[in-house]
Amino acid sequence: MARILEKKQLRKPDVFYFKVAAALISKKAMPGQFVILRLHAKGERIPISLADINPVEGTISLIVMAVGKTTTEMSVMKEGDDILDLCGPLGNGTHIEKVDKVIVVGGGFGVAPLYPIARSFKAAGSEVVCVMGARSKDLLIYEKEMEAVCSEVLVTTDDGSRGMKGVVTEALRRELEKGGTGLVVTVGPAIMMKFVSETTRPFGVKTVVSLNPIMVDGTGMCGGCRVTVAGQTQFACTDGPEFDGHQVDWDILLNRQKTFNKEQRVSFDSWRQRHAGVLCE
Amino acid sequence: MKGEPMAGEATTRKTIVPKKTPIPEQPPQIRRSNFEEVSLGYTPEQAKQEAERCLQCKKPACVKGCPVNVPIPRFIKAVQEGDFRQAIDIIKEANLLPAVCGRVCPQESQCEKNCVLGKKFEPVGIGRLERFAADQSLKNGGLRPPQVAQKSGKKVAVVGSGPSGLTVAYELARQGHSVVIYEALHEPGGVLVYGIPEFRLPKSIVYSEIEVLKKMGVEIMTNAVVGKLMTIDEIMQENDACFIGSGAGLPKFMGIEGENLNGVYSANEFLTRVNLMRAYQFPEYDTPVTRGDRVAVFGGGNVAMDAARTALRIGAEEVILVYRRSLTELPARKEEVHHAQEEGIRFELCTNPVRILGNDQGQVRAIECIRMDLCELDESGRRSPKPVKGSEFEIPVNVAIIALGTGANPLIPQSAKNLQVNKRLYIIADEETGKTSIEGVYAGGDIVTGSATVISAMGAGRKAAKAMNEYLKKKPVRSRT
Repeated sequence: MARILEKKQLRKPDVFYFKVAAALISKKAMPGQFVILRLHAKGERIPISLADINPVEGTISLIVMAVGKTTTEMSVMKEGDDILDLCGPLGNGTHIEKVDKVIVVGGGFGVAPLYPIARSFKAAGSEVVCVMGARSKDLLIYEKEMEAVCSEVLVTTDDGSRGMKGVVTEALRRELEKGGTGLVVTVGPAIMMKFVSETTRPFGVKTVVSLNPIMVDGTGMCGGCRVTVAGQTQFACTDGPEFDGHQVDWDILLNRQKTFNKEQRVSFDSWRQRHAGVLCE
Repeated sequence: MKGEPMAGEATTRKTIVPKKTPIPEQPPQIRRSNFEEVSLGYTPEQAKQEAERCLQCKKPACVKGCPVNVPIPRFIKAVQEGDFRQAIDIIKEANLLPAVCGRVCPQESQCEKNCVLGKKFEPVGIGRLERFAADQSLKNGGLRPPQVAQKSGKKVAVVGSGPSGLTVAYELARQGHSVVIYEALHEPGGVLVYGIPEFRLPKSIVYSEIEVLKKMGVEIMTNAVVGKLMTIDEIMQENDACFIGSGAGLPKFMGIEGENLNGVYSANEFLTRVNLMRAYQFPEYDTPVTRGDRVAVFGGGNVAMDAARTALRIGAEEVILVYRRSLTELPARKEEVHHAQEEGIRFELCTNPVRILGNDQGQVRAIECIRMDLCELDESGRRSPKPVKGSEFEIPVNVAIIALGTGANPLIPQSAKNLQVNKRLYIIADEETGKTSIEGVYAGGDIVTGSATVISAMGAGRKAAKAMNEYLKKKPVRSRT
């Protein structure tokens, strides 16, 4: 059991911050790793990237966007509530080293797990530039946090309500054209990571992507999270979750993420019917 | 029976009933659509009747065939006498999980294979009797924990709560050592809860066996992935000894075209979703699984049978098992094959999948197979299959399950540099003692041998526990803060 110590709504209506008591996990966790949680005895296991790690407090932070049944159920949990099962840290941490210039690219709430990664690169002596984007300014999260650990934060919005009007890949391309970039790290929706990888490819800049396939156990046992990288089957949970974006077969990943679209709708609809009042709060 | 008494040195002649007392089962047409147990178990009368068939050999060959050496004739004698409580106590001298083993052990290739009756007739139904004795005890207030020795002051960590880990924990707790089990999943039991389906081994049986351990003072920490949350070195700083029984969880794929289409599962994933996560009760339980109308299962082992029969139960109209050799070579237990056939699983034998075909939605629509010709014996002593040119054909399916075995899970070896592994990444451990390359660290079960059976993992656990107990006895008690 893991207690929710703090909960904040980061953006309306759907993105929430949770600080969770996890003494053992916090002592071992590295940026880039994830946990798997199960909210209750009938719940599913879902992987969530670590948005922060505090070994002194014995806590980890998770950012959750309420998109499906489990994430919505979590979004209505309160401070003091317990998560039934919390398992981690899983996957491998980001390889952190001094790089002259690292560009971290985050889309949507993927900016959150990038934060401890950016902070570690900075601590290792790297210059870190952040490119983050959203549809409009109200949907941006973690801008201030990123400003604290990056030499520059480039914001893009689809509607131009903040920063550059356009998508992250355009801002990224301009930044790459300046030269001197040794590494790009991106976390976010698979489709965005795919286009980030395509943007960096002509520049020959190494691009690390954090893959988010469907997963069950997270320990290599089920193979559900298999992805194809450089023509080889790899398990995101034990071999990843970070891979070379230029080698990933994105079409397979994007297709496999759709496996349970129908079932997820059924599950969510039936939950909403049973909890009609909860979401109106 | 004519002539001499059977070769098993039976002292009195008796008339042998040639066949095992039949065990009541759910009819195939009914059970194929539910998750209730297939076999319903003996009544006390049936059990006594079957126990009467035992010749009570003085040198029982059956015991030698049992990886944990259950004193078989002694417990069967107790059943004969109607002392079922005594029967279970005798079994538990050697076997912590009788209700499990009575259900899933391959008795036909172990104890029952050696039964002297088997030379002329059907062997004694040892597995059925073991199950009966255990179930009687469960019915009458649960399994009682054994006597636990005085506290030794030694601490032991067990990695994994599958059959080998549970056995080690049981044996060492009994000797008075403090035992903590680290389990990666959210429920203890390992393959007994994620792999073996409810209709073959109800979870409630596993839990009641685990309850015994808890009553003995064994602590179980779930969600603890050794190799990630802690390393073996860290465990050894806190403990006097450690047993690794993490299992062989890393499913093998075939590397054929279409393997990543939606609707293609490893048997591990498919069974974990249905068993551990209860996808058969979706959407009451959150975890889904694709319910295929037509399902293909690749492989011929027990896991393949489990996957095929599970697919049937969650609603498939037809399940096709594709195996490259013939019925004789099928590695699954005969009983499982028989049950699968009764339930209407279609066997495509001497057939190998070549590729998996998808529709424009990225979902499986068919498998392409090729017929195999069984030729000369290969190194494994089995006839090696060769593809028959031009015999390719398609089977329309919308789910394909790959049940071709597993490899070694890398998490623990990756995090323990001094732990020696073999070329296939299995932990190297002494066959008799389970000793690994690190002092005080022992290993057994599938992470040492590769995929095997519940009982062989328990056998390895028992041997390791014996060696660990000897090791612990010699070690001075550490002072702890």
